[in-house]
Formats: sequence, structure tokens, C-alpha cells
Amino acid sequence: MSGMTIAEKILSAHSDKKVYAGDITYCTIDKMMAHDANGPMAIQAFQDMGGTKVCNSAQIFFIMDHVYPAPYERAANIHSFLRSFASEQGIKFYEGGEGVCHQLMIEKGHVNAGELVLGTDSHTCTYGAVGAFSTGVGATDMGVAFYTGKNWFKVPQTIKVNINGTLPFGCSSKDVILTVIGKIGASGANYKSVEFYGEYLDNCCFADRMTIANMIVEMGGKCGYVCSKDIEIKADFDAEYCQEVNVDLSEIVPCVAKPHMVDNYAPVSEVEGTKVHEVFLGSCTNGRIEDLRIAANMLSKHHIADGIRMIVTPASRNIMIQAAQEGIVETLLRAGAVFFTQGCGVCVGSHGGVPADGEVVITTANRNFKGRMGNNKSFIYLASPQTVVASAIAGCITDPIKYLKELDQ
Amino acid sequence: MKSKVIKYGDNISTDLIIAGKYTKTLNKQDLAIHAMEDLDSAFHEKSAERKIIAAGVYFGCGSSREQAPVALKMSGVECILAKDFSRIFYRNAINLGLCVAECNTDLIDDGDEIEYTVGESLVHNITQNVEIPVGSMPDVMKNILAAGGVIAYMKNQSKEA
Repeated sequence: MSGMTIAEKILSAHSDKKVYAGDITYCTIDKMMAHDANGPMAIQAFQDMGGTKVCNSAQIFFIMDHVYPAPYERAANIHSFLRSFASEQGIKFYEGGEGVCHQLMIEKGHVNAGELVLGTDSHTCTYGAVGAFSTGVGATDMGVAFYTGKNWFKVPQTIKVNINGTLPFGCSSKDVILTVIGKIGASGANYKSVEFYGEYLDNCCFADRMTIANMIVEMGGKCGYVCSKDIEIKADFDAEYCQEVNVDLSEIVPCVAKPHMVDNYAPVSEVEGTKVHEVFLGSCTNGRIEDLRIAANMLSKHHIADGIRMIVTPASRNIMIQAAQEGIVETLLRAGAVFFTQGCGVCVGSHGGVPADGEVVITTANRNFKGRMGNNKSFIYLASPQTVVASAIAGCITDPIKYLKELDQ
Repeated sequence: MKSKVIKYGDNISTDLIIAGKYTKTLNKQDLAIHAMEDLDSAFHEKSAERKIIAAGVYFGCGSSREQAPVALKMSGVECILAKDFSRIFYRNAINLGLCVAECNTDLIDDGDEIEYTVGESLVHNITQNVEIPVGSMPDVMKNILAAGGVIAYMKNQSKEA
């Protein structure tokens, strides 16, 4: 047989046999993460199967992030239900405000290279930044895992993405992944794994690697790996790939995903001047301290434009504390931004930033489907923190380069 | 099953099937009320009579929310035909015992009468008198669907063990 991809290696190590793309196998799960949006239904499924005691409570994490603080009684009751279940089963419970589940799982050291992780959230693929096989599942699949500690997997084929060259000034990892998704397409990696290679990944910071891994699901990917020099698991040199995609960084420009699909790629120049009403900086894609520092630098000498609302959600409590210590919170507040509780509310349209009919939002989040932010009559553009903040200053979609050049002087 | 079809287009996301603002509930019936609300205001009228949805590519893309297939199932939908499905939606539907099958839905128009049985290799479009081949499905998925969902499947397995 040929060598193995990372996905094949991890699934083989958790199965009772060597498995390759296309095989179906039962695997033992290392970690299970459930949040307040899908956790309750996972518990119901577990109980419907006859479950009374979860397989191993030390492997399970509950994180309240989708709708916290509770804006209505249904959400409050969900939190209460999850709190009591976690307490009775001895499951680690992160109260709302601790942060977005994916940020916390990595920040708290719950995920390691080579592990097999399931989460009730499609962006669970983010842990590919540390080399875990991590994938999003629905509530019933999570219920099966709570009950048995196992689940069945179809071993995915793998796409190899080679990122070559040096990233131009003014561009970020978000521009890289939006460009890759534009090339591969929103469903181009459906059912598949993705391995990213290139010197850029060695030199960029860990936050950038998380941004890339986070959006693997936006091309349909089941899981993926940012294969930097630091990753502790490697594919074999003779592993088989179903497709190879080359990206030349010198061709990357600040870009957006236009409404209403993530692969609706456009360079900022094509949409420059589009009037914006709301700006969102945050989410599991771009809510880290590095992203907030960019915003604070750009806004240190600017106020957001009249008629613009800017909402900032750090990805975790620790990031919020650090931002406060570094003076970032004050800079952003003085520039006209508001802060919303560390979590997912704004991005997923639960609460905390629903746009009005006909309004345009530019956001650092990962999804721009119609209705995503809670109003199906609004228009969502995805972009890098640099482009989003430049647009807040200008009041319309704007290339960040002129503002970034100011800082360089 | 035999039913008339509700036809939709490509890339129907889970945000369209059930918006994130409606998913936070322990009552599955609540989900049906808002199913397809942002896509088709006449959905409930249609789903009262028609039990099969036919759509284009990448049905169910986006969020892992299982509330999406639950909302459709609770609205009376029994089967979804699409050119292909998003990975997580596909698994979720099967786990719930909601029939999903990949086939060339260009051969199906809104309102056509369709006959299909879970696990079979052909969809019969009665109105247009064509047989449409169905994409293959792993045996484990066929068995879960045949059991009526993964909960029943697991119970059967533990009885056998």
C-alpha cells in the first residue's frame, strides 16, 4: 500500500485496522465538545438510546457560547439543562463568556496532535491547526459518542494545497483562505480532508493557522491540517492525494466573499465603495488578540465613520483581558466600537448585532449565507480584520493598504 | 413512498432551512414552525401535501445544526433528493431516519409525482415517466436508514449483542 495522509493515519490509530480513503471504520473518540446550540439535542439522543452515564466524562466538554447571556427564556432553560447534566455526569462545563468553543478547546490545551475529536459545531475543523482529526457532527452523532465513546467514519480523500511565495503587504491569512475557497469552491472539499503546505505556514503566527483551519468547512471539508514546521504529525511522503491545488501568494490581494456564498470571491477593488452599515470584528475565525491589535493600531488615529456600527467580540475571556491590559479595549471604544460578550451570538445571528432590512455588513466571521446574522434581507461580506476595520473608518468597503501605510510611516 | 415534489435550487444552507435564531429550543415541534421560513413562505402549505423535496447541488450546506433535518422531518418531509448533499446534513438526516438520496434532480420538476423506496437504486418520476439512477450509499448508512435512524439501529444492535 502507499503511504498515508494525516487523516488516514489518525483514523487508523483509532481503529482496529489500517484504513485508507474510502474505507468505513469504527473509531474510538478522544475528545467530545458540545455547545449550547446543539448540546441539548445530543443529550436527548443519548438518553433515547438508553444512556444514563456518559462513556468517560473526562473526555467531554460543554461550552456555552452560541446564545449567552440568554436573551430569552428558551435559551436560559437550555443553559440550565446543560449545567445540571454536566454537574450530574462530572463533565467539564465552561460558563458563557469564557469564549467561543474552538478558541477555548485550543487555549485550554484540550486538543493535541494526532487526537480524534468530535464537536457539535461545523467549525470543529479548527483543531487541524494543532494536527487533530477534528470534525463537526450533528447532535445524534454526538449522542452516540457520549454513549459508546465511538462512532463510525468514512475515511476521507485528501486535497493537498501548496501555498508558495510571500504574502504581499496589506494581506492576511484571511485573504489566503478566502482565495483558496474561491478556487476550490464552497463544496469542492465536501467529504474530504485538506492538507496545507508552504513556507508561509512556518512563518505565520498560530492565530493565522487557526484562521485557515477554521474555514476548511467553508469548502465542505471534513477536517484539515495546517502542516507548518510545528505540527506534530506528518503525512507520509508517498501519501495519495485526490487533488493538488497551488496558490501563489504574490497574486493574493485584499479580498471579500460577496453575499450570499463563501466562495463568491472578489478582490476588494471590485466592490470598493459599497456602502456599509455594520462592521463585525470577532468570531472563532478572527477574534484573537492579533486581530484586535490590528484594529487598535488602525483606529488609534481614526474614528469609525458616521452611520457605521462596529461590534467587537473577542474570541475568549483571556483575549478580552489581554486586550484590556494592552489598552486595545479603550482605543476601540474611543473609536466608536461596542463590545459584545465573548461568544458566537453576532456571527450566528442568535443575538447581539442583527442587521436591518437592506443593510450591508462586513465581517471577519466565516459565513455569509442569506439570513446568517438573523435577517435574510441583509447582505454579508466576509473579509480580513484589516479590510473590515478600513471599511469601518471609510464607511464603505475599502482597501486597507492606505491605512496600513499610515502606520508604517 | 409516493408523493408530489417540492422543488428547490442549489446551495440550500442550514441557515435557510432553519435560522440560527430559532434553533435554541428543547421542543422539536417549535422547529417545524420556522422551517424554510427565509426561503419559501409557502413551504408549510406545500409540505402538508407533498412529502418529497428535490433540490440541486450541496443541499444542507453550512452549520452542523441537526435542527435543520429535524425541522424538515417535523414538517412532514419524508425524503430529500438532491444532486449532492453537504456532509454533515447528509449524516444528520440519516441518523434521524430521514431518507436522503443523490440523483439527477434536473429530471424532476416542481409538483411531479415521485416514487422511491429507501435503499433502492432508482427513483421513479411517475409524471415524466423516467427512472433516475441513485448514487450509492455505504451499507452502514443504508442499515441506519432501514432501522429508522441511528437510535433504533443502536438499540437493535445491543439486542443482537
